[in-house]
Amino acid sequence: MSSKLIFELNTEGRIGYRFPSLDVPEIPLDSMLKKDLFRQKPAALPQVSEVDVIRHYTELASKSFGVDAGFYPLGSCTMKYNPKINEDVASFQGFADIHPLQPLNTVQGTLELIYKTTESLCEITGMKWGTLQPFAGAHGEFTGMKLFKAYFKKKGDTKRTKVLVPTSAHGTNPASSHISGFDVEEVQADERGLVSVSSLKEHLSDEVAGIMLTNPNTLGLFEKDIVEIAGLVHEAGGLLYYDGANMNAIMGKVRPGDMGFDVIHLNLHKTFATPHGGGGPGSGPVLVSDKLIPFLPVPDITEHDGKYTLNYDKPDSIGRISGFYGNIAVIVRAYAYILTMGSDGLKKASEMAVLNANYLKERLKKTYHLFYDTTCMHEFVLSADTLHDEHGISALDVAKALLDNGFHPMTIYFPLIVHEAMMIEPTETESKQTLDHFVDVMLKIYDEAVKNPEKLKEAPLHTPVKRIDEVLAAKNPVLRWVKE
Amino acid sequence: MFPYLPQTEGDIKEMLKVIGVENVDDLFYDIPDTIVRKELLSLPKGKSEYEVYKTMEALAQKNKRGISFLGCGSYDHLIPSVVKHVLQQPNFYTAYTPYQGEISQGILQSIFEFQTDICELTGLDVSNASLYDGHTAASESVTMALKTRKKADTVLISETVHPNTLAVVETFFSDVDVKFKMIKSENYRTSLSDLKAQLDESVAAVLVQTPNFFGWVEDFTGFADAVHENKSLFIISSNPMTLGILKPQGEWGADIAIGDTQVFGLDKYFGGPSVGYMAATSKLMRKVPGRIVGQTVDRDGDRAFVLTLQAREQHIKRERATSNICSNQALAALANAVYMSTVGWSGLREAALQSTRKAHYLYKRLTEELSLAPLADNEFLYEFTVIIPDAERVLADLQKEGVYGGVALKQFYPEMKDAVTIAVTEKRSKEEIDLFVDLLKRVLK
Amino acid sequence: MNVPENLKYTEDHEWARVEGKVAYVGITDHAQQELGDIVYVELPDIDTEVEKDEEATSIESVKAAAPVNSPVSGKIVKVNEDLEDEAELVNKDAYAAYIFAVEMSDPSELDSLMDAAAYKKFLGK
Repeated sequence: MSSKLIFELNTEGRIGYRFPSLDVPEIPLDSMLKKDLFRQKPAALPQVSEVDVIRHYTELASKSFGVDAGFYPLGSCTMKYNPKINEDVASFQGFADIHPLQPLNTVQGTLELIYKTTESLCEITGMKWGTLQPFAGAHGEFTGMKLFKAYFKKKGDTKRTKVLVPTSAHGTNPASSHISGFDVEEVQADERGLVSVSSLKEHLSDEVAGIMLTNPNTLGLFEKDIVEIAGLVHEAGGLLYYDGANMNAIMGKVRPGDMGFDVIHLNLHKTFATPHGGGGPGSGPVLVSDKLIPFLPVPDITEHDGKYTLNYDKPDSIGRISGFYGNIAVIVRAYAYILTMGSDGLKKASEMAVLNANYLKERLKKTYHLFYDTTCMHEFVLSADTLHDEHGISALDVAKALLDNGFHPMTIYFPLIVHEAMMIEPTETESKQTLDHFVDVMLKIYDEAVKNPEKLKEAPLHTPVKRIDEVLAAKNPVLRWVKE
Repeated sequence: MFPYLPQTEGDIKEMLKVIGVENVDDLFYDIPDTIVRKELLSLPKGKSEYEVYKTMEALAQKNKRGISFLGCGSYDHLIPSVVKHVLQQPNFYTAYTPYQGEISQGILQSIFEFQTDICELTGLDVSNASLYDGHTAASESVTMALKTRKKADTVLISETVHPNTLAVVETFFSDVDVKFKMIKSENYRTSLSDLKAQLDESVAAVLVQTPNFFGWVEDFTGFADAVHENKSLFIISSNPMTLGILKPQGEWGADIAIGDTQVFGLDKYFGGPSVGYMAATSKLMRKVPGRIVGQTVDRDGDRAFVLTLQAREQHIKRERATSNICSNQALAALANAVYMSTVGWSGLREAALQSTRKAHYLYKRLTEELSLAPLADNEFLYEFTVIIPDAERVLADLQKEGVYGGVALKQFYPEMKDAVTIAVTEKRSKEEIDLFVDLLKRVLK
Repeated sequence: MNVPENLKYTEDHEWARVEGKVAYVGITDHAQQELGDIVYVELPDIDTEVEKDEEATSIESVKAAAPVNSPVSGKIVKVNEDLEDEAELVNKDAYAAYIFAVEMSDPSELDSLMDAAAYKKFLGK
């Protein structure tokens, strides 16, 4: 059943909030502003009481599904548990009630937070310095690509117009390099599911600015030739960009900086346990090797004798990338997480993420088609191709059936190079019991797919709405409520 | 043991057995020996919840809160308690992007309601689910214009637009073939004649802001006609709180409306998270960046909501996408929606009007009693710019008394030595405003 | 698979029907099947110059977006406005639903396109 829209709860004259009474003279509006500048038509915002508001949104929350509600094995998204202490410390008024243009001597706490988080992230990744300003992973990628541009511009090397991206890459990689003014060239994976060194060699030239990689890659496999790859790219004069979406596999085990990467972004909302918020806000810090530090966005943060300041005097900087300094509330949570886990906990988290993924993979591969049957890192990719060919059941059907069993589905149809892909990332915060239960359900669904495929195609049946007509939505877009 | 890592030694042993390896390190054998890390990271070891709480508390206490008259893109408005309580619902804040529509109806519907709020406020047809902030929204709107007017390569931006918006847009396009030209201002408001003089076939878009960076309300009479006659797109950025009073973008004939919705229920938080809003005419619907929620039906014919028009987006169109945006500011946009639902139209207008009256009260006292000169004699709502002699010292003295007296514009425009932009919201009581004036009187000497 | 005899084909699964100096362009039956339910056809602007094998416009289904390249160079002289409201016409009959028409600047470019037999063979690969 659908819920009423908040607009449909509208009752003329109802209010949900009381402002203090006006305590200055009530100057008539038309003595402050000429009438031509007045708005003519009121906005049809709802008139509801505070009780209406909380009931409405509580109902909507009950029709949503967070990590707190259950297992969320979304590949590439690292839906780990969001620790509650992080929410508590993020709500401190000392962080929240601070204006971005306050004098710097009054915001030393937040500046220290930014500085120390940057330092910690550098240690975790093996990079030299960075910026926490990017609002999300894609924004970080964009920033990284601008750094590539600035680096070659400074060198007077204008020929490098191409960025290499593996076919298995996240969609943001080609999109980010394209909007930064690069041409995208795709590099195929080899039969191991890894970047092929020989095909990479063919792509490399003095027109290539660099390559964007994620390691482990989107198949959950570690690019074991990475040192050779980095050597080849650097030898050809190019740079390496690390998409940190999969960093959760390797904390404390190996560092992108040690692999030879020049620029990396992290997703604090993945690896560093900050909540996804139903799609954001995230945070996509960018960290770099020594040679790219001069190009980092302004303002940069510096420390002297325990005093922190913002530095705008960076002549080679790519410039400003956000209105102020990024999603600070997200950074507070990530820093609290780093403190909680520490060097031992971060390492253990990655170890457990990899253990959980391999355990699930081993238990599911006897039933579902596993494309690359080897040790995986924090995630792995199954395919519903045989189910599809033999029983007409697609990855989408499996995903929808999971909804009926209280699980959030895995990522489906990504990476694009695997037909009917089902990408599973359990994360380290799930217990063996949860994983075993998930396996049981997956096996049950497979059984159903073989025995009773028509019934499975009707899934989900126990969700707030049944399968949704996406074609209608795209064909006749209704993107807002309209007063009748 | 760590509280978020549930596997016991026993679990680990059993799991390793199923996998068929001896120990956890065996799972990492693909990492070459030359780079695998043998020692721990050089960070402190993990801490207890209470220790973390104390550390973070100490950090927060190093920031100094005060009575704020600061604006320039971030404002100290009242936030109804209910906003935070909605945001704390775990199924909202711990959820992923609502790609699985059947179990995400709540989030999808809340975004649909947000889109409706934004369309209503701006007077335009289509809104997306949010962008990062108002400044990056400007870059995205320029991209839309360039994709619409494919042969044009120039964007005209008013001098009165927020300098950080200008800086963000310049960075965004610095490596592609796009030219930016400034539209001059007269008395700190955008000059229509200079705009007209610069319009030619190379111009894809015109970007202006009202109230502008200095707080002055712009009059866009004649702008849309001139811009549209030239087949360019007209983009207006506005603090959406002021749309409670001011003619909205749609009524001015804008093609795209952008801005920053921090004013609706979000803490200032040193600048983020905020939300960039964007609304456009229906003609531009398929060029709008980012996620959009649409209404449809489920297989029983019941109303349902779903992420739609996804073919625009990076996960499908890859390098040909309208934008690279993926994660947006969803939870912050939810705060905006809850705020707008709670205060309603009358409350939003009340907040805007009270802020405006309080700002005018302060303005009157500053200009009449303290004889401070305004930067220009223009109309304004709740933000204005005055000249305060020896501004830097005066603001520093005020700060010692716990009052943030305004934003010194020197940090943006070195030549504007003593100009100070002051914002007054409905949250400032008369008592606080009077205190500001009294302190100013004292420190001005 | 439906591959009419009287049309010319590209490797990107566009078809061209020649009427004098004008080539009508659409996507093939195979292409519409691959895309699935088509929800939107972007129509190019009249008078736009297009290059052979370069993107002239695009077509969208729910989960995919595909460029439509022009099989020949020239100038867009007509677009199929029916598709504005009824994109599904491409699913119904891909060969009846032309997307745009190009006034050819170099009709000899047609020689490089496949005929029905060659396209069938191409699909069979």
